[in-house]
Amino acid sequence: MNAPAGQPRLPFGLSGSPGRIVVWTLLFLGGVVMISPFLFMISSSLKTPDQIYDLRLIPERPTLENYVALFRDSLFLKWFVNSFITSTLVTLSVLFFDALIGYVLCKYDFRGRTFVFIAILSTLMIPTEMLVIPWYLISAHFGWIDTYWGIMFPGLMTGFGVFLMRQFFQSVPDELLDAARVDGLGEFRIWWTIAMPLVTPALSALAIFTFLGNWTAFLWPLIVTNSRDLYTVPVGLASFAGENLTRWEVVMTGAAVATIPTLIVFIIFQKYIVRGVVLSGLKG
Amino acid sequence: MKHLYNRLSFQQKKAYWAWLFLAVPILFFAAVRFYPTINAAMISFTDWNLLTEGKWVGLANYERMFTDKVFWKVFANTFLYLIVGLPVSLTLAFVVAYYLDQVRFMHGFIRSLYFIPYLTTAVAMAWVWRWGYQPAPMGVINQILSSIGMPQQPFLRSPNQALYAVLAPAIWAGLGFQVIIFMAGLRAIPETYYEAARIDGIGKLATLWEITLPLLRPTLVFIVVLTSIGLLRIFDQVYNMTVDGQGGPLNATRPLVLNIYNTAFKDFDMGYATAQTMVLFLVLLIITLIQLRLMRSK
Repeated sequence: MNAPAGQPRLPFGLSGSPGRIVVWTLLFLGGVVMISPFLFMISSSLKTPDQIYDLRLIPERPTLENYVALFRDSLFLKWFVNSFITSTLVTLSVLFFDALIGYVLCKYDFRGRTFVFIAILSTLMIPTEMLVIPWYLISAHFGWIDTYWGIMFPGLMTGFGVFLMRQFFQSVPDELLDAARVDGLGEFRIWWTIAMPLVTPALSALAIFTFLGNWTAFLWPLIVTNSRDLYTVPVGLASFAGENLTRWEVVMTGAAVATIPTLIVFIIFQKYIVRGVVLSGLKG
Repeated sequence: MKHLYNRLSFQQKKAYWAWLFLAVPILFFAAVRFYPTINAAMISFTDWNLLTEGKWVGLANYERMFTDKVFWKVFANTFLYLIVGLPVSLTLAFVVAYYLDQVRFMHGFIRSLYFIPYLTTAVAMAWVWRWGYQPAPMGVINQILSSIGMPQQPFLRSPNQALYAVLAPAIWAGLGFQVIIFMAGLRAIPETYYEAARIDGIGKLATLWEITLPLLRPTLVFIVVLTSIGLLRIFDQVYNMTVDGQGGPLNATRPLVLNIYNTAFKDFDMGYATAQTMVLFLVLLIITLIQLRLMRSK
């Protein structure tokens, strides 16, 4: 809603009434409360054990010693690599397959199309919690416990991504694809070189959410990894924090290390992320 | 092959390519989604500890739930998370979205402040909140309470407070998502409705009740369902904020998913664990069906 007509326009888009300034201030203070856990987390991670009781946000003698010790004495770096590799590979797979399935279900008319679409869509109703036990049994049977493949395989394709991509391929005109067929392009090439570039906004949203979803995933990696070397960041952090229960500056450093990458992703891709939430939210 | 392919009609060629492209995905969804679903349902009728052969026990696992006091406690906890979490988070999110929508100055920045918790690792944040709840002088919240002359609170150590203390970071993390969806819903309401209300001299509160909220219904239903499903599946926070991840004290915070996890991967009682997942599945299914109903009836 815009400012009511007739009021003088002030800079910054404030319409100047005291009520609006109060609203702005309250919203801002609420926002500060929202991010205060991050501020306290980072502040504590820069403190020495004897300063941790000090509530001051800016430490008296900030130190990176906790971070140095963390990477020296724990397996965080390894967990980082595990999380990074598995999240990246899952994201690539989801982008490739979900886009391909969505494209086929949108642009190809064939008998059984509706059935396949509804079948894939119905998987959205199955909660992960119900599948983890059979997934664990499958993994145990095939020796996938404590492997990257074991961490990754359940997420390689998603019903949500198929649904999202199918919606977005509807905006790609059929005439364009048919023109490419007349030019003699193969079906795979048409999808990859003509249709895919036209849905990059949806692909980027799907990529960001898949990556973050896998980066922060906890339940399945917790189940499928037993060896500390194979932990992902959240699983590693949970075990690390449990072992350093009373050394809160150490725990906060671990939490900060786990969180900072997602904050960086957010700062870089902020616009895409917010747009993606709205797109997927309203269409999903 | 090539010869045969060339004899196909245009329609047949398309069908050929469609099934070719879908072959691997169909195998995947069958093996990693549908087979495990059926498998879980089957296991729920057995008594199986992974070491010996599973034994068919019919409905025994389901019957056991009725007499299992811990299960009832867990079931009640799960719904308490929902019943408290849903109205609190929705009200907060709507109030923030309603006012933030009217703010232009630093709009994007303030929105980010609310949104950031949604993207961060729940496990990491659970530990930050757990630290905040510690008794003074360690925990920030109790330090603040004592500095303004309020009594100290046990939070996670009290069976009466722990559930709400665990719920708070879950609400906090989801708020930004709800705010953004609410704001998108508010934007979608045509300005003409508000102009008409202004011309008719309808007050702000009446406009909110008579125009904004009814027109926001699809958005509202969507958020209610997504939030409900999220709250009923709460796990990360409880596992990381309670002693040894047991959902204590005295099972006061233990939700269904944590109970399932413990039954399956601590007690290795696979039959009973999958039976509980079937209950979770049914509850979520009912909520989704109610949503579809509400979406259709205009």
